[in-house]
Amino acid sequence: MLRPLTLIPVAVFAVLAVVFAVYLWQVGPGGKDISKIPSAMINKPAPQFDLKPIANLPARLKIPGLKTADLKGGVSLVNVWASWCPPCRIEHPVLMNLAQQGVTIYGINYKDKPEDATRFLDQLGNPFKKVGVDNTGRTAIDWGVYGYPETFVVDASGHIRYRHVGQIYPHQLESLILPLLKQAAQPVTDSSKAGSAGAGGS
Amino acid sequence: MRIFLFIAALLAAPLCAPALSPLAPSEALALQPDEILKDPALEARAREISKELRCLVCQNQSIDDSDATLARDLRILVRDRLTAGDTDTEAVDFIVERYGDFVLLRPPFKNSTLILWIGPGVIFAIGIFGVTLWHRRRRVAVAAPVAPLSADERARVDAMLAEKPDQ
Repeated sequence: MLRPLTLIPVAVFAVLAVVFAVYLWQVGPGGKDISKIPSAMINKPAPQFDLKPIANLPARLKIPGLKTADLKGGVSLVNVWASWCPPCRIEHPVLMNLAQQGVTIYGINYKDKPEDATRFLDQLGNPFKKVGVDNTGRTAIDWGVYGYPETFVVDASGHIRYRHVGQIYPHQLESLILPLLKQAAQPVTDSSKAGSAGAGGS
Repeated sequence: MRIFLFIAALLAAPLCAPALSPLAPSEALALQPDEILKDPALEARAREISKELRCLVCQNQSIDDSDATLARDLRILVRDRLTAGDTDTEAVDFIVERYGDFVLLRPPFKNSTLILWIGPGVIFAIGIFGVTLWHRRRRVAVAAPVAPLSADERARVDAMLAEKPDQ
């Protein structure tokens, strides 16, 4: 005899099984990376900073330093990078591609040696309009950076709209970055807020 | 009643655990000598705060435990904030503003963490309720008055009792 009460454990089990399956599916191969943390800086103004340019830059690389005020006036990407960071090197052609498409990219050169940073840009090209040097890592902390590279989409009012942890893969250009840049050109809406906080993955 | 004692014993077990493990992990300091503040009171506060903050690189260690560069930078940052006159809460808030609640090893009690904090209690209460209900039903079933034998049944029992066992 099956009384309705007897079905409760079965129902609880079924619901839990579905929930676990969905989460497992999400973190499976090619799925969501749960070690990636949502940024606390989304829809906040970019932190205050005033960073010097890379020291002893040769004349062929004329890249000024970067400060908060530079971020206002247009949608831009802010990329935190270092010459010692392998994914930054892999990601670089993607940034070059974006720069060629006319996207404004600013760089924060994190705990790097000026000669290494210069060599990096000489070898792989310079996608950055401006690059500020963060030797202490304090500016990176102000941005909430915890891994390298990290890329932020900043809107014309200087507010952070999206944070991407890790390298931008070539296929993410069309699927993620360009739509985000387009979205950042629009004023903040509730749907863009929801989208920017949770979106990501690889 | 025995089942409640059993549950109580299960709940109490973790409380006894520290007493059962005399081999507490020895303190392997991630903290470097150059980070330590001269003022022992400030340093002690900084240590306590660092133990509550998650290293975002390792994600399962506090910044006090972690050798990651970011953990070191955050330890120094906490000490700078305290030296500058921040209270403990202000120093923690400074970091939370940048990294979000995830940086706190003890999740705060707020709307978005309600399920996390209340959930286990609710599930436990439901379980206790279920067990109590089941127990009560069983007791009722056992204690239910037995209907007296009818005249017909009485006659059959008497007949059986009167039978002589076969030799």
